[in-house]
Amino acid sequence: MDSVPILKIGDVLLVSIQTDLQDEAVMALQESLAERISSTGASGVIIDISVLDVVDSFAGRMLATVAAISRVLDAETVVVGMRPAVAITLVEMGLSLDGIKTALDLERGMRLLSGDGALA
Amino acid sequence: MTRRELPINDDGDVVRVRQLVRSVAVDARLSLVEQTKLVTAASELARNTLTYGGGGAATVEHITNGTKSGVRAIFRDKGPGIADLDLALTDGYTSGKGLGLGLGGARRLVDEFSVESSPGSGTTVTVTKWAR
Ligand SMILES: Nc1ncnc2c1ncn2[C@@H]1O[C@H](COP(=O)(O)OP(=O)(O)O)[C@@H](O)[C@H]1O
Ligand SMILES: [Mg+2]
Repeated sequence: MDSVPILKIGDVLLVSIQTDLQDEAVMALQESLAERISSTGASGVIIDISVLDVVDSFAGRMLATVAAISRVLDAETVVVGMRPAVAITLVEMGLSLDGIKTALDLERGMRLLSGDGALA
Repeated sequence: MTRRELPINDDGDVVRVRQLVRSVAVDARLSLVEQTKLVTAASELARNTLTYGGGGAATVEHITNGTKSGVRAIFRDKGPGIADLDLALTDGYTSGKGLGLGLGGARRLVDEFSVESSPGSGTTVTVTKWAR
């Protein structure tokens, strides 16, 4: 099982999804991210999905769950790097990712969070 | 033409089915967006085979019709079957803890979609996507 590295940049935790996540890795990620948010007091989480060439409803639910956990721990989540073909597919599938903020890339994601006061 | 079968008995198999569908879609010259839609649909269906069908298999082949080139993928299981297909296809309906978008979403993402299922005899879902 590959674990997903979580980097801390200022007040923000950066999670770069490396490959297709399987169930166990998703559970492990949710747990370690929750721990890191509470131990670091991070106010923002960026999830980089630029390597994912497919986001199905399982992965979509994973993103929504991570965002929900972060929100409860008072951190805001931004998903960055979604590929255009993935975005088109998600819309057609009807997976709206409601409540998840997105940005085109890491830089814009950081700016979005700092605009919300996360880096202040 | 390429025709390959893979078992679907665990999470890793779902990933392998996605990879196989992707490579056959590339062979069939589907565009990147078409590939992505088909692979996403295949991922939903393979996961249903695993989660609700108790495991099964997928057959993936490059097909042609005159000058048209496409991919057909078949997902089979010998699970409990789907009693109410209209309900199962309804967006948001899940009997488990999914998002209920797999079947309906897969149907929207492909060109041809059919389900054969009856309680007790398992489920077979066949999808086809053509290169434009
Ligand atoms: N292969 C299958 N065998 C039995 N039931 C199935 C199968 N595929 C789908 N279903 C039923 O259809 C419902 C809807 O499926 P789907 O749209 O993929 O949503 P989800 O996977 O989120 O539940 C499932 O909850 C299940 O009850
Ligand atoms: Mg499903």
